[in-house]
Amino acid sequence: MSGEDFLYGEDGIRINVGMSTCGIAAGANPVYTAFVKAVETHEIDAKVVNVGCIGACFAEPLVEIVSYDKPGVLYSNVNPDDAETILGDYLMGKIEKAWAIRDYTGAYQMELNLPVLDELPYFKYQVRDAIENCGIIDPENIDEYIHKGGYKALAKALKITPEEVIETVIKSGLRGRGGAGFPTGLKWKFTRPVTSDKKYVICNADEGDPGAFMNRLNAEGDPHKILEGLIIAAYAIGASEGFFFVRAEKPLMGKRLQHAVRDALEHGYLGENILDSGFSFKAEVILSAGAFVCGEETALMAAIEGKRAMPTTRPPFPSTKGLWGKPTAINNVETLAHVPKIIRDGPDKFAEVGSEKSKGTKVFCLTGAIQNSGAVEVPLGTALRTLVFDIGGGPYEGRSFKAVQTGGPSGGCLSEEHLDLALDYESLQAAGSIMGSGGVVVMDNTSCTVDVAKFFLGFTTAESCGQCTPCRIGLKRMHEILDRITRGEGKLEDLELLKYMSTGIIDSSLCALGRSAPNPVLTTIKYFEDEYLAHINEKRCPAGVCDALIKGYHVDSELCKSCGICVKECPVGAITQIEPDKKALINSDTCIKCGQCYTACPFNAIKEVW
Amino acid sequence: MKPTEIEDIIDGLLSQHNKESSSPLIPVLQAIQNQQGFLSDESLRLVSDKTGASLSRVYGVATFYHQFRLRPEGKHKISICRGTACHVAGATDLYKQLVKELDLSPGEDTSTDGLFTLQEVRCLGACSLAPVVKVDETVYGKMTAKKLQEILDQYREEQQ
Repeated sequence: MSGEDFLYGEDGIRINVGMSTCGIAAGANPVYTAFVKAVETHEIDAKVVNVGCIGACFAEPLVEIVSYDKPGVLYSNVNPDDAETILGDYLMGKIEKAWAIRDYTGAYQMELNLPVLDELPYFKYQVRDAIENCGIIDPENIDEYIHKGGYKALAKALKITPEEVIETVIKSGLRGRGGAGFPTGLKWKFTRPVTSDKKYVICNADEGDPGAFMNRLNAEGDPHKILEGLIIAAYAIGASEGFFFVRAEKPLMGKRLQHAVRDALEHGYLGENILDSGFSFKAEVILSAGAFVCGEETALMAAIEGKRAMPTTRPPFPSTKGLWGKPTAINNVETLAHVPKIIRDGPDKFAEVGSEKSKGTKVFCLTGAIQNSGAVEVPLGTALRTLVFDIGGGPYEGRSFKAVQTGGPSGGCLSEEHLDLALDYESLQAAGSIMGSGGVVVMDNTSCTVDVAKFFLGFTTAESCGQCTPCRIGLKRMHEILDRITRGEGKLEDLELLKYMSTGIIDSSLCALGRSAPNPVLTTIKYFEDEYLAHINEKRCPAGVCDALIKGYHVDSELCKSCGICVKECPVGAITQIEPDKKALINSDTCIKCGQCYTACPFNAIKEVW
Repeated sequence: MKPTEIEDIIDGLLSQHNKESSSPLIPVLQAIQNQQGFLSDESLRLVSDKTGASLSRVYGVATFYHQFRLRPEGKHKISICRGTACHVAGATDLYKQLVKELDLSPGEDTSTDGLFTLQEVRCLGACSLAPVVKVDETVYGKMTAKKLQEILDQYREEQQ
């Protein structure tokens, strides 16, 4: 062992337990406790570490055992009851039950038949930069971040001029990862020359898109990286104060960032005269009280100023008149996560991957009707098909791919014809969607696109700050029309009306929320018009989701295999099995049309009655 | 909570808050709600008095952000995730089931026995476990109507 000793226990073993919010939700707490106990039972001195998430949410709880002389061994979907056996077997060199190993070197040979993590389809296409340390280092131990090369970029940046830092970031081609894709270096360049007694930098960590959790994962698993990015940004524009504006619903993210700020201060990376450079900077974590519109930068600043989060007109841009009227640069968590490496390894290294206009990598969150859900980091320009099918494993067995929503509630719904689309800012926009924060929600044949459009509009209606009439009232009216359609009361003219209203709202709203809220409606009408027509003309929901249209369910006794699964699933006991052959029968009087039996039946024997 | 206790929370926060950089208004409201579970009329008035912000502004802020609530909470807080992944996995049906089970009228979020408060949340960030329901701090993933019923029954039994 060498300078890495502190990473392991006395016996050279370290057990990483993925304990981000997602891991804890999947049951990581008892797993952690079980491993602490297993270490005692086996009488070894091993370090059990609470790490972040490697992004493979479908495999959680996830545990990795690493020895100082051997590559890590990963165990997926770990049950606390198995901890003692897993560790015991590991100590005897038996690792057959593992999910994957980090590498074939050292003690592990090919004949084990265990896959190498990076060769699993889920990881094979990934290029990890922003989230490279997540799930590997202890997020609450600054020494582990430093050991991974952390704060070297800051030291390097402080030795060159702010202008040189800005030029490096411009050269890398880094664009804002929060949604709009504005070049980060340019944003800093505009803020730098503005003279003011005070300037601010803000890290926008108010991740509000449902289905997007890359910022949470990033900041929970590697908070110092985001902080280092923020300090470099502050140096570049000449800011003396900075904030992390963190979503209240994601408290662990705030806690980790707070911890990082405290440790960095103790180590001299924050505070007065940082690393003897003469540059001073302080950072603070602010917990947002929760409003989707805070993703908009002027609204976010209003929130910090203690007002209702209502966007204001731009110009003046924050670069000249931002928080408290002072020049301010606002960057997203993921944008800042890329900054240290760009400074440390140079801009060309960053630009090696990506497409012509969108350089580098982007973290996407794959969720919805997909086998492998989680967060993945791929080069920009990766095909949607690679993301959904090769990495995500496609829809569940027996289901078929229908649509994918990118960019959150303000994004668009894309269809099968877009699967070969390269995921970058321009091509997504051309298809009527947006990159947004990088949420990718997959829908299969059991999702109704009209219902999904209604869902998103319900979201943006509720989240509208209310100051622009077209957004406040227009979205509400559109939502009512969609609701009517899903209840079978739609008219053919509704489609034209929806399009007309969409254009009006897009043209006349102040901020990006209103200007993009109609996107899901426009794209679903464009790509899934048939489904709208089925609701309007035939009063039928092809996906079987809109339950106002469903009159009930019945069992096709030819297909029924008398397995009894539907009987168990029914929450109101409306299904009985009838002698002599125990075929299922639904009592339409007690049935609440919840559709649980329909989803649960493995033989598709339950049919809707229209 | 007694007015003096609320005043102590406000004074405590104001004394350590750097007003130069960020406004103390939202942090003060957050601190009171953390202690009291909601923001009473009285606490809004006290915040207005102590911070100098007009009562209309305090009320405006308290009603704008999702985190704040102006009515007391039930014993257990049920948070149902209404994020996209949970939606396509059937969260709407679970929501309807909860409203029916807790017998909530429109505009109400707490059951008459005071046992449960139902809250819709945007996204708990546990999308791979969709649909997700959280009761207090325990997250229940891959929910079904049946499982939900069992969980409610379990909390009700504990109460008796």
